[in-house]
Amino acid sequence: MSLLNVKDLSVILATNEGPARAVRNLSFRLNRGETLGIVGESGCGKSMAALALMGLLPEQSETLGEIKLDGQNLLEKSDAEMCQIRGNRLAMIFQEPMTSLNPVHTVGHQIMEPLRLHRNMSENEAKAEVLRLLDRVGIPNPKERIDNYPHQLSGGQRQRVMIAIALSCQPDILIADEPTTALDVTIQDQILELIQTLVREEGMALILISHDLGVISENTDNILVMYGGCAVEAGGTAQIFEELIHPYTQGLFAAMPKLGRARGGRLVTIPGTVPDLMGLPMGCTFTDRCPLATEVCRNTPPPIVEVKPLQFVACHHLDEARTRKTEELFS
Amino acid sequence: MTTESNSVPVLEVHDLVRHYRLPRESLFAEPGHVFALNGVTFEIHKGKSFGIVGESGCGKSTLARNVMALEPTDSGSVKILGKEVVGLSFDQLRPLRQHFQMVFQDPYGSLDPHHNVGRIVAEPLAALGAISKAERESRVHDVLLSVGLKPQDVSKYPHEFSGGQRQRIAIARALITHPELIVADEPVSALDVSVQAQVLNLLKDLQDEFGVTYMFISHDLAVVEYLCDEVAVMYLGEIVEKGRTEDLFETPAHPYTRILLDAVPKPGSGQKRERIKLKGNVTGQTEQRVGCAFQDRCPMAQDVCREIKPPLSPVAKDHLAACHFSDSMTEKR
Ligand SMILES: Nc1ncnc2c1ncn2[C@@H]1O[C@H](COP(=O)(O)OP(=O)(O)OP(=O)(O)O)[C@@H](O)[C@H]1O
Ligand SMILES: Nc1ncnc2c1ncn2[C@@H]1O[C@H](COP(=O)(O)OP(=O)(O)O)[C@@H](O)[C@H]1O
Ligand code: SF4
Ligand code: SF4
Ligand SMILES: [Mg+2]
Ligand SMILES: [Mg+2]
Repeated sequence: MSLLNVKDLSVILATNEGPARAVRNLSFRLNRGETLGIVGESGCGKSMAALALMGLLPEQSETLGEIKLDGQNLLEKSDAEMCQIRGNRLAMIFQEPMTSLNPVHTVGHQIMEPLRLHRNMSENEAKAEVLRLLDRVGIPNPKERIDNYPHQLSGGQRQRVMIAIALSCQPDILIADEPTTALDVTIQDQILELIQTLVREEGMALILISHDLGVISENTDNILVMYGGCAVEAGGTAQIFEELIHPYTQGLFAAMPKLGRARGGRLVTIPGTVPDLMGLPMGCTFTDRCPLATEVCRNTPPPIVEVKPLQFVACHHLDEARTRKTEELFS
Repeated sequence: MTTESNSVPVLEVHDLVRHYRLPRESLFAEPGHVFALNGVTFEIHKGKSFGIVGESGCGKSTLARNVMALEPTDSGSVKILGKEVVGLSFDQLRPLRQHFQMVFQDPYGSLDPHHNVGRIVAEPLAALGAISKAERESRVHDVLLSVGLKPQDVSKYPHEFSGGQRQRIAIARALITHPELIVADEPVSALDVSVQAQVLNLLKDLQDEFGVTYMFISHDLAVVEYLCDEVAVMYLGEIVEKGRTEDLFETPAHPYTRILLDAVPKPGSGQKRERIKLKGNVTGQTEQRVGCAFQDRCPMAQDVCREIKPPLSPVAKDHLAACHFSDSMTEKR
C-alpha cells in the first residue's frame, strides 16, 4: 500500500461567477522516500491541490474524491483530527516565507510553538530542539539567530526557518509549494539541496511544486504535469523527459529558453494565454490553445492512457501528438 | 541591421556611482551607506542587446534608474547618443526622453489603471511637444499593431488584459517615440513560460525591424543568453565580468559567473550534476571591502584576494573579468 493514494481528487471553488473547478479528477500515489514533482503554469491548480491534501482549502470550497494516507481517507476526518495530522504527518512550505512567518514573533518562538503543542515538549526541551533544527537547516550561529525577527533574515534564511518549522513536526510527507520561486538561483540551489538531503535522511516523502521544468527535472523521481486543473501527463521523470508526449508538455518545454542553446532561433510559443478557470471546456482543458484540437477534445474529457511503462498521457490524439515534431505543432 | 563599429555608441556609461545614505542611528554616529553602484562602466552599440545579470540586490535596478536619469547620480557619466544626461534638470531632460524609454518588471503596477490603453501608450509623445491629434492616433494605431495588439484595444483599460498583453502595452508605450534605447528591467520575469516566449520573440522582432538597442536586465541567464549579444555580470554594485554572450557563457572567467551558470536547473538533465558552489552568506552592502568583493563567498579565494582588489581586465578579445585567477578559470575548461 502506498503512503499516500489520491484518487479522483476534485476541488470546486465557489466564486462570484459560479462554481469553478480548480482541480479535476487528479490521481496519484506517493511512496515513502519518493519525490513527486507537480509542474504547470500559474493558475493550473497546483496550490489548490496541495491545500486540499493539507485540508487547508478556503471555506467556500468543495473537495471530492479520496485522499488516503496509510489507507485512511483524510476527506472524512474532522477538523480536529486534520489538525492533529498536520501536526504529526503532513507539513507544508510556502512560496513566500515572509508572508507565512509571523513578523511580530522571533523565529525561535515560531519554531518552538508546534514543538510545545504537538510534541508536548517542555520549554527547555523545545529550546534545545529549536537550536538543533536551526543547525539542521544550515542557519549559522543558531544561538544568536533564535532571537531574530523574520525581517532580520535574508530570503534564503527565512525559507530555511520555514523548513525548520515544517521539520519540527517530523512529517511523513513534506509538501513544498514553489519553495524557491522568490529566491536567486544560487540560493535556490542551496535550498533544494537542503530539502533533498533532509528528505533522504529523515525518510520523508516529498511533493515538490514548481512552474520550473528545470527544478522539477533535477529534483524528482516522478512528475505530474497540470493544465487547467487536470493532470495531462504523468510518470517517471526520466521517462517523461526522454519523450514529452502531451502537446502542452511539448509546448511548455519548447517555450523555455534553455542555457547552452544557440542564440538566434525563435522560441516556440503556445498561442493564447494561461486560462481562466471559468469557461474552460468540459473536455480537454487545453482545447483552446492546442494545435491538434478537434471537436471531440472540447466535449469529452480525454482518456488517461498508459502510453508506455511509467508514462500516462491524457489526450485524444496521441498518435499525432507523438509523430508531429514540436516545432511543427506550434508554428 | 547595420552596426558601424566606429559610430557613437547609443549608451555610454562611465564609472557610475550611487550610494544611498541610510538614516543616522544616533545623533552623533556617522550615517551609514548602501553601496549600490560602485563604478560601473560599459557601452552599447546601435541595434545590440546588452544583458545585465546578477543576484537580487546587486544593483541592477539602481543601474537602470540611473541610466534613465530617474534619480540623482552621485558621480560618473551617462551619455545617450553622445549627450551627457547626468546632472540635467527635469526640463532639460524632457526633450531627450524620446530617445530612451523604460519597461518595468511588473505588468500590473506599471500601467495606470484609470487610463485607457490609448492614453497610456501615447503618454511619452508629450516629450515631442505639440503634435496633431491625427498624428497621435496614427502612431498609437501603428505601435499597437507592431506589438501584436489590436487597434480597437485603445479604449480598453489595463485590467481587461492578461499579464502578457499588459507587458505588450508597456512595450508599445516604450516604442511610441521611436527611441534608440529601451531599458528593460526584468520585463518577462512576472510572466508564465508560455507567455514569456511570446514577449521575448516580440522583443527580438522589434529589434530586427526598427534596430532598437536594448539594455536588458534579468536574473534568468537562459533568457539573457537567448536575447543578448553582450552580457555584464554584476556583484555588489560592480561589473565582475563582461563579454560577448557566447564567450562569457562558454568560458566564464570569473568564479561567480561560473557558479551562477552552474546553479541554473536544466530540464531533462536528470538528477543533480557536478558543480562548484557558493560558500558563506551574502556580504553586506553597507561596508566597502578591502580586496575582492566576492572574497567571502568565493571557493577559490586566496590571501591576495583579501588584500588587493582585482581590476576588471581583459582575458580575451572583448572579454573582461575582475579576478586574480581568471587565467586558471579559462584554462580549466
Ligand atoms: N532608495 C534606496 N535607499 C536605500 N537603499 C536602496 C535604495 N534603492 C536600492 N537600495 C539598495 O541598493 C542595492 C541595490 O538595489 P537594486 O534594487 O538595484 O537591486 P537589484 O539588483 O535590482 O535587485 P533585484 O534583482 O532584487 O531587483 C540593494 O541593497 C538595495 O537594498
Ligand atoms: N480563494 C479562491 N477563490 C476563487 N478562485 C481561486 C481561489 N484561490 C485560487 N483560485 C483559482 O484557482 C485556480 C488554481 O489556483 P492555484 O492552485 O493557486 O494555482 P497554481 O497552480 O498557480 O498554484 C486559479 O484559477 C485561481 O485563480
Ligand atoms: S489533441 Fe485534444 S485532447 Fe489532446 S491535448 Fe489537444 S485538445 Fe487536448
Ligand atoms: S579575486 Fe579571488 S576572491 Fe575574487 S573572484 Fe577571484 S579568486 Fe575569488
Ligand atoms: Mg501556487
Ligand atoms: Mg531589481
